[in-house]
Amino acid sequence: MTDNCQILTGNQAAAIGVKLSGVQVVSAYPITPQTSLTETLSQYIEGGELEAEYVRVESEHSAMTVCIAASTVGARVFTSTSSHGLLYMHEQLHWAAGSRLPVVMCCVNRGVGAPWSIFNDQQDSIAQRDTGWIQIYCRDNQEIIDTVIQAYRIAEAVYAPVMVCYDGFVLSHTTMPVEVPDEEAVRAFLPPYKPHTILDPHDPRNINPVIFPWRRMDAEGCLRDGYMELRYKLQKALEEAKPVIADVSRAYGRIFGRDHGGFLWQYRLDDADVILAGMGSIATEATMATDMLRKEGIKAGVLGIRLYRPFPREEIREAIGNIKAKALLIFEKDISYGYEGALCSDVKAALYGSAVQPPIHDFICGLGGRDVKASEIADGVKASLNTVDEGDSRPQTIWLNCRKG
Amino acid sequence: MENRNPLLRGNIQPMQNHDFMYQVIWHGRGGQGVVVASQILAESAYLQGFKGVTSAPTFGPERRGAPVTASTKISTAPIRTFAQIDHADCAVVLDPTLIKSVDIWVTLKEGGMVIMNAPVAEDYETAANPGLKVAVIDAAGIALKHHLMREGAPIVNTPLLGAFARATGLVTMEYLEMGLKWKLSGTVAETNIAALRAAYAETRLLF
Repeated sequence: MTDNCQILTGNQAAAIGVKLSGVQVVSAYPITPQTSLTETLSQYIEGGELEAEYVRVESEHSAMTVCIAASTVGARVFTSTSSHGLLYMHEQLHWAAGSRLPVVMCCVNRGVGAPWSIFNDQQDSIAQRDTGWIQIYCRDNQEIIDTVIQAYRIAEAVYAPVMVCYDGFVLSHTTMPVEVPDEEAVRAFLPPYKPHTILDPHDPRNINPVIFPWRRMDAEGCLRDGYMELRYKLQKALEEAKPVIADVSRAYGRIFGRDHGGFLWQYRLDDADVILAGMGSIATEATMATDMLRKEGIKAGVLGIRLYRPFPREEIREAIGNIKAKALLIFEKDISYGYEGALCSDVKAALYGSAVQPPIHDFICGLGGRDVKASEIADGVKASLNTVDEGDSRPQTIWLNCRKG
Repeated sequence: MENRNPLLRGNIQPMQNHDFMYQVIWHGRGGQGVVVASQILAESAYLQGFKGVTSAPTFGPERRGAPVTASTKISTAPIRTFAQIDHADCAVVLDPTLIKSVDIWVTLKEGGMVIMNAPVAEDYETAANPGLKVAVIDAAGIALKHHLMREGAPIVNTPLLGAFARATGLVTMEYLEMGLKWKLSGTVAETNIAALRAAYAETRLLF
């Protein structure tokens, strides 16, 4: 083993990632399964291991508000939450993105009530899809620590907030070997944050005032953006974040020896007849299902989706177009009620007009912590292949391991 | 294509035929230390050279005194499954009264191993799981003898790690001691190692 390998939970890995990133202000409110991340950070700060201010707040809404304020005056900031905490933060997520602040947060994915569930699915972060945050989903604890560090470099390069998402309990509370990056090397990879503007009492400014639908002159007679121009710039920033995210992933790989793939990753995909696609730990589980299926002579492969916003449309088209599989199966822990899983809709939209259009089945699975076993994924794949082999290529939404009726 | 990048983590090696995974379920009561024992086992196994180890608690709320489990997966290859264990190779039971309220036998593979903390051995073999291998250790007695106590109760999780080494031979004492030193400091580690060694010596194998 190497000197710097530790056996860590996902929350411990995230906390070490935050510490290594030299965060200056942490503000968070405890919620299961995020709590041990926040607790660990408060211990680091209290014990002097992390020179930062921990601002205690009465809610997640205030936690994000503190992050926005601290980021506005030039600090590198962090918060984390789950489920209802994230939903309570929703309004401030828009404010962080609209203000173009490089806030980084961890969303420890958990289902959403009613009824109450403290267990894992990805409904919470998927529901924040349209807030203007970059979203990256981690497949294991190694990816969590590495992604937290990368997130700051991405956020500060493009001036957009980044949400690092990972599955509650499944990763947050499960220990596994994690290589902890060298502190000096992280410092070199991620120098201290130098904001382009800092709110300063000696140079007072009015930030985010009411803005009108049309463009207007400011006090100096300069024609300024209207609301729509600013929205366009946020959209453009997220589109332009893609090459940055790819570069950061490669640069991190060169220094630390691990490139998590930037937007996508794949497993035994080159010659696959059937593609299993997903985000987070379920995609890892799908690699086990792939091994099982290949032993039975079914050529399966995994397309892991790491980046959800901005969505890697061209790369998904290319990955799927290169393979010409007879079925594409999406496994996801969320549902857009009344339609289908959000990831499935996005993948279908990405394939619009593409020459390669395999039949697509959407598997809704693991909601509210329902265990998803590799064998269940493999059984689902076989059932779908039977349907496709019988000539039925219609789209389907399948609830895996769920009693219906 | 992305695949030419040698640093890319997507290029995981599929499990080979000689690879195997050993799965352990820890049955205890909230506060007895199933999670810590499971973590120490995972860490020790990693130190010994197993490339894949995971340790997970019962997912969800924790309640003192209520039946809880933790699970350890130990593999020769990096672990790519975080699903809950269906049938374990080994069950370690920290509180013998649990067999009245938890169906421990069905959580085991056929012919699996059960390691009981009990002062005297009973006939644990049941029709539900014939061919079980049973190992018994008076972990509470050993903890009392070594003054391994917390909040007035004997700490039984460390002695049971010693019993695990003896009964399964999978993770050796050398690495369990190393794992304990990794997790605990100074005299606490010494006391725990003494209890670990006593438990290793006193474990009775009923198979």
